[in-house]
Amino acid sequence: MSLVSASPGIGQRFRIDLWWLPRALILALLAFVIFGPLLNLLLWTVAERWYFPHVLPLDYGFSVWTRVFSPRGNAMDSLQNSILVAVLTVIVSLALAIPAGYALARLKLPLRSLILLAFLIPQAFPNLPVYVNIARLFYQIGLNGTITGVVLVHAVHGLVYAVWIATAAFSAVDPELEQAARSIGAGPLRAFRDVTLPLAMPGLMASAIFVFLESLDEFTGSYFVGAPDVNMLPLLLYSAGAGGNYQIASITALLLLIPSIGFMLIVERFLKADVLSRVGH
Amino acid sequence: MSKRFLGLLLVLPALAVIVLLFIVPLAASVVGAFEVEGGHGFGNFVKSVELYRGDTIFTVLIVSLSTLLIGLFSIAIGGYLTLGENPRAVAILRWLYRWPMFIPFIVVGQILRTFLAKNGLMNNLLISAGVITPMQATAFLDWRGIVIAFVWKQVPFVALLVAGAMASIDRGTIEAARNLGASRLRILIEIVVPQVATTLLVGLILSFVTMMSVLSVPLMINAQSPTMLTADIAFRINAYGDYGVANALGLISLVITSGVAWIYLRHTMKERA
Repeated sequence: MSLVSASPGIGQRFRIDLWWLPRALILALLAFVIFGPLLNLLLWTVAERWYFPHVLPLDYGFSVWTRVFSPRGNAMDSLQNSILVAVLTVIVSLALAIPAGYALARLKLPLRSLILLAFLIPQAFPNLPVYVNIARLFYQIGLNGTITGVVLVHAVHGLVYAVWIATAAFSAVDPELEQAARSIGAGPLRAFRDVTLPLAMPGLMASAIFVFLESLDEFTGSYFVGAPDVNMLPLLLYSAGAGGNYQIASITALLLLIPSIGFMLIVERFLKADVLSRVGH
Repeated sequence: MSKRFLGLLLVLPALAVIVLLFIVPLAASVVGAFEVEGGHGFGNFVKSVELYRGDTIFTVLIVSLSTLLIGLFSIAIGGYLTLGENPRAVAILRWLYRWPMFIPFIVVGQILRTFLAKNGLMNNLLISAGVITPMQATAFLDWRGIVIAFVWKQVPFVALLVAGAMASIDRGTIEAARNLGASRLRILIEIVVPQVATTLLVGLILSFVTMMSVLSVPLMINAQSPTMLTADIAFRINAYGDYGVANALGLISLVITSGVAWIYLRHTMKERA
């Protein structure tokens, strides 16, 4: 097929040129649908005044940025809380998922597929009623409105990615390498630490990034368990938007957007095909 | 024997977190739905049906319509990526379609709220292009806004799964059909889509469940009645502290998603058998 398109006849080349008309139209429409809303967000972050029926903002400037990032503004507080919670969530999720993933990948477990399925449960049920009841439970034991409470709620969701990707990452490592290390006298922990763990690292990094983003972007759990004592970026975005302050809401949205887009651009480097093909097996 | 024990020991902490912080509260929500003053009963459900019957139907319609559109668009994108004959157009599409995938729902809610508003960029561009007059401009911030937000966010995810599955099917059948003179649309519908049906179904069911539990999009785009059940649950808790009706509404949405999950399980069982 590539041979044909590499050496087209005159008539065929003309036909291909004509086909670019609908093709370009559809691709341009798609580009507008995807980037139009993003462009609108960017405009809002630098708009000083913008109201109907003006197509573009009347004044541009960064005065809202300086207000948002001033030491007294609550954006810095939310940003710190969000990053702290996300880092702690990654630590908790991976500390639980690395042993679990190793066991699921390497050791003979009874009911293995059932256990793997259990980690999918948080993804398979609408989690709003669960958060509502966790909040009620946490309220009784004094965890509501604390960083610990929010981290625990995020970790439950993070475990879905962490366990599944960690299992896939450990299955992708050749077990014979570990056996070789054992046969030349390394203990089981040493063989794990020096051989299996470094080889599984790219997959584990990918799951860490997934968990980090999931925590950074999580709204519902933070809304019920964290608010109003623990301020987080998604909560700030929501309350600024609800108050009609689209500039602050858009700047917060942009702060949440940058890590997500950055991740999209690098995800293929971490999630290799050999790991991806083992997810869920 | 000891290896099995060790394995269980390693899995146990993670499993305990899921059980304690997800399954127990889930059970509490099911039980809580039947808790009424001074005992158990169906009072919460009676109240839920009375107050939120319209919103329940609205939720099911919106999520079903979004799922349908997500399916159609992902087949179209995956199909073009697989069958497209122009390498440059395929490359552009491959680069283009994935952008919204990693954008969080709360951000999707915010950017579409500003984009689709009466004075949003969409209406402004339509007005300056002369398609509509300023007086005709209306906000899309009702059920249409929610559907647009869901489709915008979920299509890349399902399309990624579907395109991956389409890439791994046997090219021979496609080439054979093409040599026999079948159009690309016919190849897509009769040869490609049936072979990726399972992947498509998994992607759509995951999207369905996700959309059923998203709170931020309905809150940000359309919080007035009729709205989605998630917004109603949050309202019940925040305004009245009414856990009974909130849990009953939660159970209703659970039953709806279980119905969908059952379709999936039945399908995979057939596949495994």
